[in-house]
Amino acid sequence: MRKFFILFGREVACAFRQPLAYVVLFFFLLVTGFNFQAGVTLLNQGDSTTTMVEAFFNTVYFWFPFTLAFPLITMRVFAEEARSGTIEMLMTAPVRDYQVVLAKYAGCVFFFAVLWAPSAIYFVMFRQIVGIDPGTAVGSYVGAYSMLVLMGMFFLAIGCLASALTDNQIVAAIMTFAAILFLFFIGLLSFLLPATGSFLREATYYFSPIEHMMDFSRGIFDTRPVVFYLSSTLAVLFALFHVFQHRRWKA
Amino acid sequence: MVKVEKLTRRFGSVTAVDSVDFEVGKGEIVGFLGPNGAGKTTTMRMLAGFLPPTSGRAEVAGYDVFSQSLRAREHIGYMPENVPLYTDMRVEEYLRYRAALKGVPRRRLAERIGDVVELCGLVEVRRKMIAHLSKGYRQRVGLADAMVHEPGLLILDEPTIGLDPNQVRVVRSLIRNLRRHHTILLSTHILTEVEMLCSRVIIINKGRIEALDTPQNLRQRLGRAGKILFDAVVPDARAAAATLRELGGVKSVEFRADGDWTVFEVQAETDHDPREALYNHAMENRWRVREISRPPVTLEEVFAEVTSGEEGR
Repeated sequence: MRKFFILFGREVACAFRQPLAYVVLFFFLLVTGFNFQAGVTLLNQGDSTTTMVEAFFNTVYFWFPFTLAFPLITMRVFAEEARSGTIEMLMTAPVRDYQVVLAKYAGCVFFFAVLWAPSAIYFVMFRQIVGIDPGTAVGSYVGAYSMLVLMGMFFLAIGCLASALTDNQIVAAIMTFAAILFLFFIGLLSFLLPATGSFLREATYYFSPIEHMMDFSRGIFDTRPVVFYLSSTLAVLFALFHVFQHRRWKA
Repeated sequence: MVKVEKLTRRFGSVTAVDSVDFEVGKGEIVGFLGPNGAGKTTTMRMLAGFLPPTSGRAEVAGYDVFSQSLRAREHIGYMPENVPLYTDMRVEEYLRYRAALKGVPRRRLAERIGDVVELCGLVEVRRKMIAHLSKGYRQRVGLADAMVHEPGLLILDEPTIGLDPNQVRVVRSLIRNLRRHHTILLSTHILTEVEMLCSRVIIINKGRIEALDTPQNLRQRLGRAGKILFDAVVPDARAAAATLRELGGVKSVEFRADGDWTVFEVQAETDHDPREALYNHAMENRWRVREISRPPVTLEEVFAEVTSGEEGR
């Protein structure tokens, strides 16, 4: 466990040492801030059935930075070590492969958390200033943020896998982005298909981040997405572990 | 300390290392000598536990490098070729990270890092970013990293490649000082380096071990037949070459003109040194001589000699 934390510490330090980290954080705050402002404007336009939490997590301004952040967070982690050859130093130290893989993945999750943590402050401020609860109940915060983390874990795992597949950060970023968009568009299909009865519509619901987020940010808890994201994350991490080992053995 | 049996590594249809056997005893400095692509790096990577072999086995400090990889890695300090380092870290910070990763207990971290920083001459750069260090310093950071956890075995892949002559001297003297505490396996394609540092030499070519001997024996073996340069003013080069061929111990003579001088390249017979005979011959004929020398053997000649010897058997 000590080794895991040493590796994890290194990942976090490395992430926050590159200028890219601050560029991403800056623009991220900018866009989410704008998103929050847009939500407040929406609520100001008279009667509305949505809450602030719903308005925040269900706009284009949310999905755009959300999906775009993953390639930027994960593209470096494995590709850079392979390109610079430091993987050789790393893997000849007495550490186990899974420690390295998990530490790197955990580093990404940590950065993702740092990216989103400030958004919670918006809701606190909203409550302080406006005096209205931004969510309908505690459930909508818990739902929205747990869905954020669940989706984040899955997409970060995809990003790490892409990064482990190549020595080139750009290639890793493009693969990640393509994979996430693909999943996203499958989910989008559920809006195009007839509303009820269709098997396809039912099936696409399982993949639709938008639908999942809509439900969860209303405080509706559904086990299906939870199982979907957790099991997919595990599957991708499993693949990542094997790709990582295989690429080294081929080297 | 190291025991290698029938170690083989294939990359697709290419056999990089072909059934290699050798042993390294405690406290030895063994040099891996070979041209680029000979299989030095592949062998070292396998020993360091980075690359699994296609077949065969290797043991370090009594632990199998593959089935007990973690235990074995604890006893190995490995410095890869070109020394990849995390360039965003400072020297001391990097060594602290590496030491902790390699299991140096927390209370001993400061002491160990202080020791290696001093030993490797990194005191004045200990707070510098690795990105801003010269190649020579990076090499020394790599060396410090390799020995920070006091491993029994140091594996150094081309420790002096790409350094300027001064830095090469520094790194070599560093390695020489290490031999008291570590067994060292280093690779190089510089023959003199092996002679200066190693107690034994493994010559490897095309994935096979061509020779395994002490540098002294190797030099003797190579010294038996060698080239001699003989530089003199002679009236008739062709006639002179003919008389030189008559001398004992001379196998063949070639010559070229260099202004008034003629440079003879004399190939000596095995186990003969005709330099004295050449000198006497020149004196008898009253030739003016400016050089009689035996140029140091080059790596190409080592291979020519070693491999031709193998074939002749």
